[in-house]
Amino acid sequence: MAKQELLKVEGLKQYFPIKGGFLGRTVNHVKAVDDISFTIYEGETVSIVGESGCGKSTTGRSILRLEEPTEGKVEFQGVDLATISKRQMRDYRKDLQIIFQDPYASINPRQTVASVLNEAMEIQNVLPANKRRARIEELLETVGLLPYQADRFPHEFSGGQRQRIGIARALSVDPKLIICDEAVSALDVSIQAQVLNLLEDLQEQYNLTYLFISHDLGVVRHISDRIIVMYLGKIVEIADKHSLFENPQHPYTKALLSAIPVPDPDKKKERIVLKGDVPSPIDPPAGCRFHTRCPFATDKCRTEEPKLRTSDLMKEGHEAACHYMEEISAGAMQPNY
Amino acid sequence: MTKYIIRRLLQTIPVLIGVTILVFSLMHLVPGDAAKIIAGEGASDQTVENIRERLGLNDPLYVQYGTFVGNAVQGDLGSSIRSGRPVMDEIGARFWVTFELAFYSTIVAVFLGLIAGIISAVRHYTLTDVTVMIIALFGLSMPNFWFGLLLIQWFAIGNWMPESLEFLKMRPSGWGDDWRQVVLPVLTLGTGGAAIIARMTRSSMLEVIGQDYIRTARAKGLTERIVVYRHALKNALIPVVTVVGLEFGGFLGGAVLTETIFAINGMGRLTIDAIRTRDFPMVQGTVLVISVLFVVVNLLVDVSYRYLNKRIDLN
Repeated sequence: MAKQELLKVEGLKQYFPIKGGFLGRTVNHVKAVDDISFTIYEGETVSIVGESGCGKSTTGRSILRLEEPTEGKVEFQGVDLATISKRQMRDYRKDLQIIFQDPYASINPRQTVASVLNEAMEIQNVLPANKRRARIEELLETVGLLPYQADRFPHEFSGGQRQRIGIARALSVDPKLIICDEAVSALDVSIQAQVLNLLEDLQEQYNLTYLFISHDLGVVRHISDRIIVMYLGKIVEIADKHSLFENPQHPYTKALLSAIPVPDPDKKKERIVLKGDVPSPIDPPAGCRFHTRCPFATDKCRTEEPKLRTSDLMKEGHEAACHYMEEISAGAMQPNY
Repeated sequence: MTKYIIRRLLQTIPVLIGVTILVFSLMHLVPGDAAKIIAGEGASDQTVENIRERLGLNDPLYVQYGTFVGNAVQGDLGSSIRSGRPVMDEIGARFWVTFELAFYSTIVAVFLGLIAGIISAVRHYTLTDVTVMIIALFGLSMPNFWFGLLLIQWFAIGNWMPESLEFLKMRPSGWGDDWRQVVLPVLTLGTGGAAIIARMTRSSMLEVIGQDYIRTARAKGLTERIVVYRHALKNALIPVVTVVGLEFGGFLGGAVLTETIFAINGMGRLTIDAIRTRDFPMVQGTVLVISVLFVVVNLLVDVSYRYLNKRIDLN
């Protein structure tokens, strides 16, 4: 299968300055995203998973330059979005859209649905003014709302409906890539399923590519082609869905997967419980960032940072960043809980 | 909407009854006998008794109150003891001066305050922000009688202006004949309000700017200008409007110091003079008029919410 690169992130860093002192000097940085690289191919769904504060949402925002990236490249169809001017970036926003987590907060409460959608089309010059209304109604139908609801205000809709509005808004400019930043986690489970199915249908219909950011592994398993696992601003493992769930290599991924609840009370499963909290991203641990909580950590882990690499046990395209993944898989190392 | 306004108007009735009771009580709570004061020193008991009879002071209180309200509703607030002219006429002559002063001051306050607040919020935590907010703090902390005197010193009396700019020299007193009389009092009164509005706008804007829908607006590719004015400012305006309404009401009743410094014959001075000379009907009249205005301004603010926030369903 000849896969076409759509988005290539290289060495992306996003540091947030911490201001302190009387004159607000920068005293330190929160290293929210610290040197990550990955590629997204056209038509696929890539998910980023990880616990709160691991930098997954920040990654999405940096790609869209909703935060200015500190360093690194974000190549979209060969153009580095990180270095073009803000004005040029505005044109690219047509191709890259985002759906936010909180459907209650992400729509301006003072705009009707129609004006939310119209504004996006107007600024990106998607359609001549006289055709926009018809398109708005069509979009609403596409996402499962009714055309006559176009002139309502956001507060007249439920959470699931609002998320559909958010999706319609993202779709209104015919984007190529949509970043779904926890797009369904604010919805209850039955609505989640509806919205996920809608996203899948739309993907087929419009040949969309998704970057799906989520902490919910069940959702991720359902929707993704490939999965990126992040921990404390770094990618620890990246693989296609099947490999990741069936053959996880990184101890963190294993712990994460063991936390998925299984709806079967009789099934005993080994739960890997990690000790301690995620260290502060202001001053992340040296070496492997996971060493403070990893049951296999050695001195090497504390000093030397592991690079993403593959091993004999892994399929093509599956990479993990751990010094000892072969030994751990072979059972040659004992966990130290 | 009309229904709402009518209902709100009806709701102001209890407030106004409260106000009239308070105003009416003034006459009876202050030390001294109103009739004696009106009659003047050395008046015979008979004269005092006549006056008392004429003013209805011998009637039971509720009758007096009824008469007072009945007359007030018809626009009759009695006659000034000092000048003998109807209170309503005296107030009418002064009212527009104060109204103009308050109105212009509000415009200045809103204009300066909004600009400063928006700049501060958009550039929050920068040197610009800190500078603007320190200036606002000054504006807020400065007693306006002192600031007014400084303005007079600098722009009306001071001799630093070159001859060619003499025409810009402000006049330190009076109102209405000349724009040069207007600028200084309006600045004096407006700056304090501007400072409050600036701080309010800033905090309200900051709250809105952090919202997801602002990020949505940016993600759409809107220009920063549209994001700030169409998306952020409109949503941030509600608390600001409340403050503007209160400021305007406050200016109407509280322009006393400014009017005194600039020798403007407005309502404020009328009230103060009336209090000083124990001109009871006049005090009652001015307090009543100012209170009613305040109620009306607040009603207007409430109604304007409807336009600013579609979520507030007034019915």
